[in-house]
Amino acid sequence: MTRFLLFALALALVPPLQAKSDRGLIDSTFEKTLSNGMKVIVREDHRAPVVVSQVWYRIGSNYEHDGISGVSHTLEHMMFKGTRDLKPGEFSEIIAANGGSENAFTSSDFTAYFQRIASDRLEICLKLEADRMRNVVFLPEEFAKEVEVVKEERRWRVDNKPKSKLWEQFSATAFMTSPQRIPTIGWRSDLDELTVQDAEDWYRMWYAPNNATLVVVGDVDADEVFRLAETYFGKLEPSVIKPPRTRKEIAQEGERRIELYGQTANPYLVMGYKVPSLKPDLSNRKDAFALDVLSALLDGGNSARISRNILRGKELAVEAGASYDAFSRLDGLFILAGTPSKGVTPVQLKQALIAEIDDLKRNPVSRQELDRVKAQVIASKVFDQDSSFNMGMQIGMLDSMGYDWRLLDQYVEEIRAVTAADVQRVAKRYFLPQTLTVAVLYPEQETDGRDNRQMAEAGQ
Amino acid sequence: MKQSLIKPLLALLLLAPLAAQAMKIETWRTDNGVRVLFVEAHELPIVDARLTFRAGSARDGQQHGISSLVNGLLVEGAGELNAEQIALGFESTGAELGKGSLRDMAWLSLRSLSDPDLRAQTADLFATVAARPGFPPDAIERDRKAMLAGLAQRRNDIGSVTEDAFFAALYPEHPYAIGPQGREEDLKAITRRDLQLFHQRYYVAANATLALVGDLTPEQARDYANALTRHLEPGLPAEPLPPAALPDAGKTLHIPFKTTQTHVIQGLPVMTRKDPDYFPLYVGNHVLGGSGFSSRLMQTIREDRGLVYSVYSYFMPMESNGPFRMALQTRNDQAAEAAGLMQQQLEAFIADGPTGKELEHAKKNITGGFPLKIDSNRKIVEYLALIGFYDLPLDYLDRFNERVMAVTREQIRDAFRRRVPADRLIRVVVGEDIRIGGGQKR
Repeated sequence: MTRFLLFALALALVPPLQAKSDRGLIDSTFEKTLSNGMKVIVREDHRAPVVVSQVWYRIGSNYEHDGISGVSHTLEHMMFKGTRDLKPGEFSEIIAANGGSENAFTSSDFTAYFQRIASDRLEICLKLEADRMRNVVFLPEEFAKEVEVVKEERRWRVDNKPKSKLWEQFSATAFMTSPQRIPTIGWRSDLDELTVQDAEDWYRMWYAPNNATLVVVGDVDADEVFRLAETYFGKLEPSVIKPPRTRKEIAQEGERRIELYGQTANPYLVMGYKVPSLKPDLSNRKDAFALDVLSALLDGGNSARISRNILRGKELAVEAGASYDAFSRLDGLFILAGTPSKGVTPVQLKQALIAEIDDLKRNPVSRQELDRVKAQVIASKVFDQDSSFNMGMQIGMLDSMGYDWRLLDQYVEEIRAVTAADVQRVAKRYFLPQTLTVAVLYPEQETDGRDNRQMAEAGQ
Repeated sequence: MKQSLIKPLLALLLLAPLAAQAMKIETWRTDNGVRVLFVEAHELPIVDARLTFRAGSARDGQQHGISSLVNGLLVEGAGELNAEQIALGFESTGAELGKGSLRDMAWLSLRSLSDPDLRAQTADLFATVAARPGFPPDAIERDRKAMLAGLAQRRNDIGSVTEDAFFAALYPEHPYAIGPQGREEDLKAITRRDLQLFHQRYYVAANATLALVGDLTPEQARDYANALTRHLEPGLPAEPLPPAALPDAGKTLHIPFKTTQTHVIQGLPVMTRKDPDYFPLYVGNHVLGGSGFSSRLMQTIREDRGLVYSVYSYFMPMESNGPFRMALQTRNDQAAEAAGLMQQQLEAFIADGPTGKELEHAKKNITGGFPLKIDSNRKIVEYLALIGFYDLPLDYLDRFNERVMAVTREQIRDAFRRRVPADRLIRVVVGEDIRIGGGQKR
């Protein structure tokens, strides 16, 4: 969720993290921790005279609780509304005057602020970011306007998009107690109640050098960046950061189903199985990376199983896909989703997707299929280096979620090590009918939509 | 406000404007006549190729949707190969094949590792996909259904409804009226033979441009360019598109739609890619609504009043006169107020142009941000494709900053007055209970 466009970020990042092939990432990436606990990670990339600077805070909607949903994201908006030294909007003006572009985004596990700018102007960014890490001024009149902007953002992203609404309610169904159920943009009624004091309290609680990481990627010298970071951030006082008491998800002991009727021509199906994320100590690496490979077997291009069998073979869907995010602070879902073809019910599509899962449980995948996935991973980790912004994203996300960013280097080896037996084992272990959640969007009917519902029930 | 610690540092750094980095573009024609634009870049072991044809929806004629159907079907069968064999051919080497179409153009792209063996494996496949589509009947039916489902979905999506109505109103009697999404009755009627004819006419060497960037020597690039395009027939370039006329009078279309947020979009057909007013209009619009938070539209409508999440304006230069457009979305009961402000801002800008300070600020932002436009191979290949497709001068990027710096307030005011007559704007309002301006209900 961002101050200005970037919604699909979390999804766009689902293709797993990759690193450099020949020389490791480690060779050109350097890390230092300042005395106040702030981490600085610099990756040198001298291809163009530009730099991306990102300040990552370990705070997001998974840290929130009932009643204040959306506070992390609304606070992100307020971070542009002035400090003791700067008027509202002045931060953006200064960056623009220097040819930079800037923005910010909030996710479930992190909030980040970034600038892309000519590399000789990095100092400006660091100075400004250090200022707003500690000195934001919360003006009630600015908050009153900005929370309305956030509500417009919500109307645009969610309220008038039935698919987005379905995803939101799907998460809130799959997760009953875990904060994974909280939408990053916030429930509408919470946004109505949110106060400037809530935003300010949240800022005081989480925005501190020892809860932040600076990631810089570009045409810079790492030692020079460390020196600048020391100058601007080094003098900031650390806070006592009390880790949140994160409520665990209760065990799911049966399939959950919801329906939504909305303004849509085609129905839409979302399914999710409860799966673990990679633990920061890598203790469940075998399972997490096997799930990662499994998702690429299903949905890693036009030759993958969903395209081959569901879109082309049986022609049951006009689009469909699978995704799994190994890197996440809290356990998540293995997702299967799609739009059924005309004349196909969501239930038929659901059954076809489950049949693909069952096949993976029963039969080991072929060598050729595994090799295809591995070739794609190896290539895409090279391709990723073309974008310094993406490299910064990968480093920053891993770090903010408690992983060692050096995992980027290990990633290919981890994927290479996955065997057909691993894939079969995790399919059997995690794709259990009782941990499945299914959400279906149906076109709203002139009548009460009973026809669709009967079809749905008849099929199940 | 206390004394800022930040400002002294800024003053210092602002003194040195950035010069654009010269980028060496080599150009030649392949053995069968495809124009190639190439930039050598050895830092990463990657090669990017983008093969662009004048084969967008502006070429659909009375078969709206045929250009996207053809483009989409290229990967569904080629030569002797079926969809799965094609996909595996690319994916088993880790290469990424891309495709797409817009109003002006349709393209195929290929990103691969520069390793010569891996590259060789996919180059011929790419050439076959571009030049020898099989158009298997089952795939045609499948893609046709998917496009029809997409069209049905567009009618239920307020953003698409607004967009489609805007283009239809802006371009009566012009090929830009309907975009790549097509039209239902046409999609249903298109035959396999129609697809073959479209492909034979437009996917030809004389109608193509190849952009290449990456880890290749100039000799390797020549061989690679030949390999990627070797199966294309010579053919003829597409006919030039007709110009799009400004409407005689402004109008507002109201489209009722069940929603909590009203969408407003307004504009005119204005700019071509080689437009003599390109730089004054581009730089001027940066001040009006093209520069995010520092633009006038964002400042008045979002920052001062909190009425919207997004509001912007831009000129989209195209082969024929692409649209100038301004748009916003807001709660239904605020729509009239927000749309009124947007109109006021435009009229004030046409009357007076930017202030000296605003113009200076815009120039700093645009020229200072120039290196960001070309900081990755992917961005460079996209620029090369544009330069080649629209036949822009090869020093387009090198001289970009200099042209921006040369723009004056008077030029901006003059260009906006001539090219954006505010009383002839076409406006589309989609929402509930809408009462903005005059105009008719639809």
